[in-house]
Amino acid sequence: MSQKIRVVIAKPGLDGHDRGAKVIARALRDAGMEVIYTGLRQTPELIVSAAMQEDADVIGLSILSGAHMHICPRIVELLREKQMSDVLVVVGGIIPDADVPKLNEIGIRGIFQPGTPMQEIVDFITKNARIRVVFERLS
Amino acid sequence: MPRDVLYTPQSIEALDYERDLGDPGEFPYTRGIHATGYRGKLWTMRQFAGFGTPEETNERYRRLLAAGGTGLSVAFDLPTLMGRDPDHELSRGEVGKCGVNVTSLADMEALFADIDLGGVTTSMTINGPAPMLLAMYLVVAEERGTDWATLSGTIQNDILKEFIAQKEFIYPPRPSMRLVTDVFAFCASHVPRWNTISVSGYHIREAGATAAQELAFTLRNGIEYVDYAIDAGLDVDVFAPRISFFFNSHSDFFEEIAKFRAARRIWARVMRDRFKAANPRSWQMRFHAQTAGVSLTAQQPYNNVVRTAIQALAATLGGTQSLHTNALDEALALPTEAAATLALRTQQIIAHETGIVDVVDPFGGSYFIEKLTNEIEGEAMAYIDRIDRMGGMVPAIERGYPQKEIAESAYQFQRAVESKEQVIVGVNQFVSAEHQGIGTLYIDESAGERQLARLDETRRSRDRSRVDAAIDRLQSGAKGESNLMPLLIDAVKAHATVGEMCDGLREVWGEYVEDPII
Repeated sequence: MSQKIRVVIAKPGLDGHDRGAKVIARALRDAGMEVIYTGLRQTPELIVSAAMQEDADVIGLSILSGAHMHICPRIVELLREKQMSDVLVVVGGIIPDADVPKLNEIGIRGIFQPGTPMQEIVDFITKNARIRVVFERLS
Repeated sequence: MPRDVLYTPQSIEALDYERDLGDPGEFPYTRGIHATGYRGKLWTMRQFAGFGTPEETNERYRRLLAAGGTGLSVAFDLPTLMGRDPDHELSRGEVGKCGVNVTSLADMEALFADIDLGGVTTSMTINGPAPMLLAMYLVVAEERGTDWATLSGTIQNDILKEFIAQKEFIYPPRPSMRLVTDVFAFCASHVPRWNTISVSGYHIREAGATAAQELAFTLRNGIEYVDYAIDAGLDVDVFAPRISFFFNSHSDFFEEIAKFRAARRIWARVMRDRFKAANPRSWQMRFHAQTAGVSLTAQQPYNNVVRTAIQALAATLGGTQSLHTNALDEALALPTEAAATLALRTQQIIAHETGIVDVVDPFGGSYFIEKLTNEIEGEAMAYIDRIDRMGGMVPAIERGYPQKEIAESAYQFQRAVESKEQVIVGVNQFVSAEHQGIGTLYIDESAGERQLARLDETRRSRDRSRVDAAIDRLQSGAKGESNLMPLLIDAVKAHATVGEMCDGLREVWGEYVEDPII
């Protein structure tokens, strides 16, 4: 029995440029994932709490404003506090090369800069989303 | 839009020169609003800039003016755009990042230090808190003894496209529209040369709209503002001449030229026939254009210089009044000074080396361009009619109509890129193995710290009771019907911050939360 990968797509911070978030949400949905889009102006607390409520396997962040070095570490920290470190965090947007290793270091491996094909993101998530232990009820 | 391989006289058989084109400077202004085009007056080279603290941005402005820039254009950071002070929770990590932070009067004074406000034209890209920032600019002018009647510039003040595309709204649509018309009314009597709105298609296009959707939603927004202003008791011929527009200049060269020509024609007819404006200046669409940020690529960034040059050429051949050219590094970061200078040089080369400024509307009469102008006009008018039937743009926004149309176009475009039906050089075709690195501007956290310190200083040195009294009066005004601009000017003089003024109105009107539509 296969289960759909559950993804929370979020726009943290004050920025309202949501073209990328919406396009990727639709692409993931078309690829067969269960997508929950939080909408705009979410704090790290709200995003992690949405991921918990939705039992998400993946949190996808869209950040174009330059605030990623504030937001990403905070989300990773909150996930750790809530024992949700197995949730895969990916981030897309305008992330300068210089910040990529810093984000890798805190455990964010999926970093998608401008021009990344949607298929590459779909493939990365499919391969890396947390593996669920699925109990099949035997009757 | 599908294209034929050849256009002939049959393509434009029904075209009537006097009715549909007119000479430049004549109704319906398809060929331009000035009889002599750029021979009479070159477009304004207005480069949008702002980052970090007001002092850092002021330095960039003075260099842009020294390099031959002819107007200023302020890019504010997200906290300012959203009406939040630097110490608000949501401002963390955002201060000075996407633009300059302006929190209180002291910041506006520093931003324009050593710049003669009577001698430049200033454009301010601000929407939700537009009246607050305009009030600050006016107070700085007053402090320096610059007569408001000599001030010239533009405040974007276009809240409808925020609901549709850029999403930097604060209040619900209806009170937001009241703020817009308060600016119209105040400036008509106190700042007569100020453009009180820049009805913007730029952001609509960047969010994924097609050229026809950009044109349609922008013009329909323009109609909505005129409707609201007339309802607020203003005379159309008093405020309409101060309405300006702002379009994207994208990569489909001929389509863009046709779009600009169609825009002028539709607006002239709307203003004369729908609103019965009698002043020819009410019929003339003046617009700013910016090359398409969304077309820039992080891969092979030098390709962006070429894209921008071609897009800028389309804007000038379409008769823009002012132009911003994007810098080659803007898919990666805010531009470095070298990149911003090259972008300005691109405009100067077009203006002074190519000869395109000599002849007005050189494509006028081209079978292809005229046919394309008709087609894009037809497509836009069909959208405008549909939104009319919904009861106008505010109801259309409330039901998510333009938002859905744009999201659909954005998704279809991305699919076309994935399938390589839409080629993007350096991204899905002609890809280089080696990474073409360029030095980019890196904005660290120091601007945020300095702005927090200045906010602290402002709060300590001002008279708190004066601020509270000004905010109280603002709130009473918001509950009634009086124009809020004089109340905001008083609050600015009391050193109230942008966040305090915006919060005062949040308490009265509430905040807008959109239903996310995928």
